[in-house]
Amino acid sequence: MRRIVVIGAGPAGMAAASAAALHGVDVVLIDAGAKLGGQYHRQDALAPGDRFAPSVKLASRRYELPPNVEHVANAAVWAIEPVDGGHRAHLRVGPADGLDRRGRAVEARALVLATGAYDRALPFPGWDLPGVFTAGAAQALAKGQGVAVGDRVVVGGTGPFLLPVAASLIGAGARVVEVAEANAAVTGWLSKPAGALAGWSKSGELARYAGMLARHRVPYRSRTAVVEAHGSECVESVTVARLDALWNPVPGSERRVEADAVAVGFGFTPQLELALAARCRVEDGFVVVDAAQGTSAPGVFAAGELTGIGGADLAASEGAVAGAAAAKFVGAAVEPPLRAMARVRSGRRFAEALNAAYPVRPGWQGWLRDDTIVCRCEEVTRAALYRAVDERDVGAARSLKLVSGAGLGLCQGRVCGRNVAELADVDGTGFAKRPIASPIRLSELAEEEPVESPIDAEESGRALGVEY
Amino acid sequence: MSRIETADVVVIGAGIIGAACAEALSASGLRVLVVDRGAPAGGTTAGGEGNVLLSDKAPGPELDLAVLSRRLWPELIEALRAELGDEAARVEWEPKGGLVVATDQDAVGPLAILAEAQREVGVEAVELTPDEARAMEPHLTEQVAGAVHYPGDAQLQPVLAATAMLAAVRARGGEVRGGAEAHGLVFDAWGKVAGVHVGRETIACDAVVNACGPWAGHFSVAVGAPIEVLPRRGMVLVTGPLPHVVGRKVYAADYVAAVASSNVDLQVSAVVESTATGTVLIGSSRQRVGFDEALQVEVLRRLARSAVKLFPVLAGVPVMRTYGGFRPYTPDHLPVIGEDPRFPGLWHASGHEGAGIGLAPATGRLLADLMCGRESEVDPLRFKVDRPAVIAEVRT
Repeated sequence: MRRIVVIGAGPAGMAAASAAALHGVDVVLIDAGAKLGGQYHRQDALAPGDRFAPSVKLASRRYELPPNVEHVANAAVWAIEPVDGGHRAHLRVGPADGLDRRGRAVEARALVLATGAYDRALPFPGWDLPGVFTAGAAQALAKGQGVAVGDRVVVGGTGPFLLPVAASLIGAGARVVEVAEANAAVTGWLSKPAGALAGWSKSGELARYAGMLARHRVPYRSRTAVVEAHGSECVESVTVARLDALWNPVPGSERRVEADAVAVGFGFTPQLELALAARCRVEDGFVVVDAAQGTSAPGVFAAGELTGIGGADLAASEGAVAGAAAAKFVGAAVEPPLRAMARVRSGRRFAEALNAAYPVRPGWQGWLRDDTIVCRCEEVTRAALYRAVDERDVGAARSLKLVSGAGLGLCQGRVCGRNVAELADVDGTGFAKRPIASPIRLSELAEEEPVESPIDAEESGRALGVEY
Repeated sequence: MSRIETADVVVIGAGIIGAACAEALSASGLRVLVVDRGAPAGGTTAGGEGNVLLSDKAPGPELDLAVLSRRLWPELIEALRAELGDEAARVEWEPKGGLVVATDQDAVGPLAILAEAQREVGVEAVELTPDEARAMEPHLTEQVAGAVHYPGDAQLQPVLAATAMLAAVRARGGEVRGGAEAHGLVFDAWGKVAGVHVGRETIACDAVVNACGPWAGHFSVAVGAPIEVLPRRGMVLVTGPLPHVVGRKVYAADYVAAVASSNVDLQVSAVVESTATGTVLIGSSRQRVGFDEALQVEVLRRLARSAVKLFPVLAGVPVMRTYGGFRPYTPDHLPVIGEDPRFPGLWHASGHEGAGIGLAPATGRLLADLMCGRESEVDPLRFKVDRPAVIAEVRT
């Protein structure tokens, strides 16, 4: 039987599932959410129905899924295990933290990883106060639940993503006091239609958000950041400062701004643990892929933010390429998806330009004080981290975690890993190695799961690569 | 820190054994360079639980080494504290004691026989009734058939311990160099070790210590002095932080048999303990799969089952992470500590399997005593390099 497993049902995963299914391959599409769409197409969790549900109508709309896609919702993939001829995904299905999650193990010769990314928060004094949110969390609450994280919200960070976050907050009824962009203004690019963004499909969308901010008279300031949050029980105000080119605060430029919530986002961190478990090569923090979205691990394809931060359109194009390649890998007759491949190439060019314009610059390290917490789970301060680095001199993530405690807590370095790696000057990939990709109860782990559609040994004997 | 170009001794491997050897050698006044191709304390040492155990060893040379080591650890920690200060010498030392639990009647007799034999060589081993055992560890299963309490068992955090010893080496004028691979020896006209190639440099020295842990066999082959040290893989589960569930190091009686076995197949026996941060560590597995690092869910599954069998209360507890590593295994289950008779000046200190953390200070002390020509407290002959299990053919 021809079957592939796709993990992640955002734009990349849905496109991959759709592409593979249209080539006659059965697809198991696994996602942590209750509904399809992932973060980008986040649906109202309380509304009935799922607008992307697989249906017998052939894909008339872009993300509509064919009927030979099995959507496994509310599923946590907690391990990927290499087996002869492919991989086995271990999942628990049911509400997160629920007591009766069901165990499943699904084997497939081809696997598409589309696990996406989450937004990055940089630490600053007061960032551990209630009222400080990641931009992504603020947006998810606004889009998924209709909840604004505060009445007066400051949005800070870098990149075009801050605009839709601010717009969602306004939509949910918050007053956005200010948007602080640490790099150059996104709106500057938008005002020059012949500039680098010309032809980028997002520019229209961004222009709409910018227009919305202007209508609501939200100040949008470049080279500016929230460098401190103040309050006793929760956020009462923030300090906003101008930054120099390296993000060092300009002395004397600090302003106190009253706010009861802050949403900060400094780019995105790919969700790498499953790719690392599948032994995909990672460089500069992203999974390395070829023109068919194939990783260094045979039979494992990656699409979307895992391979580079580029937004939903690029993710969907990469997903279409990956799904077709995975279908070909398991033996379907597949013509090279040339149009999707061309969209991937052009999409990557824009993504690279955007990422180059909105990097995280090293001056943020100077926003911290000795007592600023860098790892919140284990409450490791900057001073404790530096002391561990100086006294223990370990030089790599694995032992740095064990001597400092940073990254050892419940989030397993998802929040602090990159920041700690930069502060300690070690390679951050070590923080993303999580063979147990999401927490699992001992009783669940102890349970035998039936393996669905185990890989046929004869079938797996065929060596098949995908080359276009 | 200045880069040193010559040393009295170059120790290859900055894990717990290399660190302990370097610490003992530098305490003897020798100038020591420690090199590691990876990051210090980032290999087997980072994959260990931090066992300092007497309970799992039958009377014999390894137990002798363990008894010495158990006495040395607190002395060493005290000395490091005086030398480096409290924070730099922090190793999370916990002399918490161990409890070995038999969950079926058949295991009670052999456990009692082992305890009796251990008592004869001076190990404190107190046989307990099931009720006494459950009074000591209230969350223990009701299936307890018998138990032995070992007050001498202890635990520490191995990466902290190794890095504290390496800090002492630096404080005494030595150097620790990560990311530096040793790949060949230099000999003088008489065939004695005169230096070692490290990266593109050649470091002149009088002695080289092979403390490469599970890679000690590889290193020995690379320098033309093969010894039989093989990797044996082990995995540990870590729960989220919990309120107090387990007080001691608690393990199933079949652990002793698993430690001593040579079986290639997967062996799992429960070892359950809390750490200073409130997480619970669940071991232990043993498997000979070469250096294959691929995750095997079956191993985790059996660890989970064996832990829940000992502590049913753990069933609902979330596992947060798993880690593992390769233990250095010798065919006769004894460490190799001593000079290589084929190459004067080449020393080996490896093969401690899962006991390296516990045996580290005594290993360092023994190696330094031998190298400096001092009387040693344990008989070095059983750990010598030229024994059939370690080298097939010896020409002296």
